Amino acid sequence: MAMLKYRDALRLAIKEEMERDPLVFCIGEGIGERGGSYKVTDQLYKQFGPGRVIDTPISEASFVGMAAGAAIVGNRPIVEILFVDFACLAMDQVINQAAKYHFMSGGQGFVPMVLRTQGGAGNSLAAQHSQSLEALFYHIPGLKLVMPSTPYDAKGLLKSSIRDSDPVVFIEHKLLYMTEGEVPEQEYLIPLGKADVKREGTDVTLVTYSHMTLKCLEAAERLAAEGVEAEVIDLRTLVPMDRDCILASVKKTGKLVIVHEACKRGGIGGDIAAMVVEEAFFDLDRPPVRIAGKNTPIPFSLNLEKLCVPSVDDIVEAVRSLG
Amino acid sequence: MNEANADLLRTMYQVALTIRRFEEAAIGQYRLWNIRGYFHPYIGEEAIAVGVISALQPDDYIVSTHRGHGHAIAKGHDTRLVMAELFGKATGYCKGRGGSMHVSNLGQFNLGANGIVGGGIPLATGAAMGMKQKGSRQVVVSFFSDGASNNGVFHECVNMAAIYRLPILYVIENNHYAVSTPVEQSTLLRDLSKRSESYGIPGLSLDGNDALRIYQAMAEPLRRARVGEGPTLIECKTYRHGGHHINDPGAYMPKEDLARWKAHDPIDVLRDYLAAAGVTEAAIQTIKARVEEEVAKAVEFASQSPQPSEVDFLQEIASL
Ligand SMILES: Cc1ncc(C[n+]2csc(CCOP(=O)(O)OP(=O)(O)O)c2C)c(N)n1
Ligand SMILES: [Mg+2]
Repeated sequence: MAMLKYRDALRLAIKEEMERDPLVFCIGEGIGERGGSYKVTDQLYKQFGPGRVIDTPISEASFVGMAAGAAIVGNRPIVEILFVDFACLAMDQVINQAAKYHFMSGGQGFVPMVLRTQGGAGNSLAAQHSQSLEALFYHIPGLKLVMPSTPYDAKGLLKSSIRDSDPVVFIEHKLLYMTEGEVPEQEYLIPLGKADVKREGTDVTLVTYSHMTLKCLEAAERLAAEGVEAEVIDLRTLVPMDRDCILASVKKTGKLVIVHEACKRGGIGGDIAAMVVEEAFFDLDRPPVRIAGKNTPIPFSLNLEKLCVPSVDDIVEAVRSLG
Repeated sequence: MNEANADLLRTMYQVALTIRRFEEAAIGQYRLWNIRGYFHPYIGEEAIAVGVISALQPDDYIVSTHRGHGHAIAKGHDTRLVMAELFGKATGYCKGRGGSMHVSNLGQFNLGANGIVGGGIPLATGAAMGMKQKGSRQVVVSFFSDGASNNGVFHECVNMAAIYRLPILYVIENNHYAVSTPVEQSTLLRDLSKRSESYGIPGLSLDGNDALRIYQAMAEPLRRARVGEGPTLIECKTYRHGGHHINDPGAYMPKEDLARWKAHDPIDVLRDYLAAAGVTEAAIQTIKARVEEEVAKAVEFASQSPQPSEVDFLQEIASL
């Protein structure tokens, strides 16, 4: 096992897949010689050249749609959009084209592309560079949605996403790029649709994903000191979602707290809560609780930004309130 | 040079120097962690904001970019309130909600900076449509750079402004880079104003470091806009004196190019005009002292201002 940063694990996944399959290529802004703003594609240009690591003008709507077009004719593009906020410019191509092509063509065509992007608050980057927009993609049938929290998961899931035959939206978190974790030397894949129980517990189920996984694990440690054993489920993949893993845990604990950074209204937490109430109402000892971001654009000022995103304290409090 | 011209030049020089010193002071504060987030300096490009905006009426609108401090200052914004916004303080123009990339002041007809490249172009075009509907003589200036001119909204908007004969000036601040991507790699055109031909409107390519020439060149586009003849596409060629943002050393910018552009510094160009107009060295020193004092006051004001109230914020968003 080697200790790797999240961004380096992502790069390794891309590099291995590009070496394995000549039809894999990268496209995005400043990803070539400069290696991308978060350095995920660093050095790939040197190894694979401008034909497979393609720098674009600031033309998101078009190069995302171009990736879909290339995917339909059999290539495997990995598109980088630096901030998920800018993915909004390409939403027609993602939602009306890529997501629907396989279905509309009666199953003739496939769109094996990955849209890698990055979101989340925490660096005082204000309202247009801090959003958590996963619910927009989650809502659209035809897309897969992956949001890993560790270097290990990032690498294994990105490789599976590249090999998948459907469009995959792969959202990284800006606060995770420099986090480190163990990554095996030998090749491995993590299947899409499998959650990971990051901590076992018997008293309460915390369902989360992406950066909030780290906060839930911290909250779980604090709760353990109070004698409460929380189970932390990192969904890793939001579509398809590992419902069985959630339901099995709720059966054991009887208490469900869902934690995400995206704002609460229309968030994925509401969908998970509804699913558990529909499927396992009588396993629940308490109503499900959602701990989520505030319904607001993210403010610039750091003291206000902090208020918008769930804290470890918020999670601990929510669990305590369940008694 | 007559006296009126000397006055204009003195003002332009003072504003350009204020932008330069403001940015330098703000960069210093950023290094002290008093300013956070993204910060895209306007250093090297001052002549464009100064030249274009000094040709406007006070109630003409501007729409700015992520590199927007210069536009705000040239529009006459209070440097204390701009600095306070950069600090994220309650006293800033946007009460600390916006920060560097989102400074706006509707009271002085600045619809705001933008964190989305090209995001301001439709807003500006829409504002021009609004002016036309109202029968107003106000004009809108849409500022953006070379990178934004490759985004689809540019094409759609300039075309619509042309067919609707909207009162708008599209000003491309061609600083030759979009982050690290040289303009030669994002378009095969060398003069971006040539794009005007595909919309059937006039285009101009100007020395973007010469505020006086830019000011003079604005007369015809503004006349056209005010009498309902429609938009003009204006390219001002310039160069950043550093990287894309504060934390980008700009290592990819060739040293010779940077040196050549720095030797043609927009502040020096104005200074030479002043000297040629017979303004004395002593008078120039007086302007410099005034600028230093203003910028120092802006920093002091921002430092001493309170953080935005958390209680007020939570109340404000309760209904969102
Ligand atoms: C739609 C969108 N894509 C990408 C970015 C990231 N980004 C911020 S500034 C910038 C470069 C902009 O270049 P240009 O338009 O030339 O403006 P300049 O920085 O030179 O003033 C990029 C790519 C963004 N903010 N918005
Ligand atoms: Mg530029």
